[in-house]
Amino acid sequence: MKYAKRNDGRKFDEPRQMKAEVGVIKNAVGSAKFQIGKTIAIAAVYGPNDVFPKFLQKPDRAILRCSYNMMAFSGSGERVRPGTNRRGKEIGMVMEKAFENVLDLSEFPKAAIDVFVELPQTDAGTRCAGICAASLALADAGFEMKDLVCAVSCGLVGDQVVVDLDKSEEDFEGGAVDIPIAMTPRNGEVTLLQLDGEISKEELKKAIEFGREACLKIYEVQKEALKAKYKEAKE
Amino acid sequence: MSKLLVEEKQIVVPGEILAEGMDFLPGKGAFREGENIIASRIGLVNANGRVVQIMPLAGKYLPKREDTVIGVVRDMSYSSWFVDVGYPYEASLSMKDATAEFIERGASLSDYFAIGDVILTKVVNVTKEGNIDLSMKAPGLRKLNGGRVIEITPFKIPRVVGKQGSMIGLIKEKTGCSLFAGQNGRIWIRGPSPEAEKLATEAVYLIAEKAHTSGLTERVGEFLEKNKLEIIK
Repeated sequence: MKYAKRNDGRKFDEPRQMKAEVGVIKNAVGSAKFQIGKTIAIAAVYGPNDVFPKFLQKPDRAILRCSYNMMAFSGSGERVRPGTNRRGKEIGMVMEKAFENVLDLSEFPKAAIDVFVELPQTDAGTRCAGICAASLALADAGFEMKDLVCAVSCGLVGDQVVVDLDKSEEDFEGGAVDIPIAMTPRNGEVTLLQLDGEISKEELKKAIEFGREACLKIYEVQKEALKAKYKEAKE
Repeated sequence: MSKLLVEEKQIVVPGEILAEGMDFLPGKGAFREGENIIASRIGLVNANGRVVQIMPLAGKYLPKREDTVIGVVRDMSYSSWFVDVGYPYEASLSMKDATAEFIERGASLSDYFAIGDVILTKVVNVTKEGNIDLSMKAPGLRKLNGGRVIEITPFKIPRVVGKQGSMIGLIKEKTGCSLFAGQNGRIWIRGPSPEAEKLATEAVYLIAEKAHTSGLTERVGEFLEKNKLEIIK
């Protein structure tokens, strides 16, 4: 099915408007808010903490624990059942994997670093917004990391390759393929790639290329947000 | 051709390229990737000769040997105390390092340090696995009675202390409080009145917030002077 023009008038390779802010939760060691379009993610980092039960402890490094939660009122009208669910657990797990090779966890042996991602408002692309926010919060907390992590969804809507799908595009009646992708912007290493649906090799390549370009745009927003925290204090 | 790509004291975020070429060496908070030197944490650039390092703006305390720290006694066993020094795992203070006094067989350790006591102590050893040994055997190390303990980012402690203790001396002089700054980011404050303690606390938080700016001593001096009058009133 043809998809000639995007519902919100964006170009096919254009991500939604972004906004980022760090230090939004004063109690946390590091925190951040990341907004892309109507999707808002808030991340808070606590720790390093003790690990219980003890068998989860790693003697040579810290473990990373991510939790992902969509708030009950966050959807587009229908109530999201609160509490843990399989989807949240899975996304928490893939987020841990997305940071595993970027964070230097050997600094805190036997400990745990906790990352909580909450979504007060969602319009698709939540795990990507969550990863962007979590990466900012981890950097804000002062943990050693090789690079920031930027994430965006790309994919196929109808017959058109697009980047940063919103909810209306994900539910496009002609079918849509959603590919969340996370990467380190400096050398373009992919730390998360999920694919849901059917897509040809050429289209996949093009989608990833779109995603890569969008990630670089996200990186600029993230960098600015981190620096803004200290510029304000300078005044 | 080697080139430094950032300015001195510029704020950088993890992943930013600091320098190109093999003539530079990565210091703390930086690492080499191919030809480039990359920042690994948020902080200010400090290029000292060939070494490019990052002075962190945020982060948790990492114990080092010879650090003077403020700890809280959390637990004790037959022959040692377990002390919270702001690190995920408790540090241990053994009986032989705790006091110069002779401890008799069967004596209760809580006669020396009880659970909840705040102590000024020193790190004597840190293992790779994060086990920390403490000692009280150095001049000035003791139990801190009364007062309050506040916590800031450990990287800002040097600013709180100031050059040759100028900043902390200023706070002591203007508020009449006694202060001890531990390298683990904890500061112990005891003053003649709760108001004085509160003022000293606020001054420390002010320093922590503006730690990366210049002219800080004057600003803190002004702040203390302005609020000092209110206490007397």
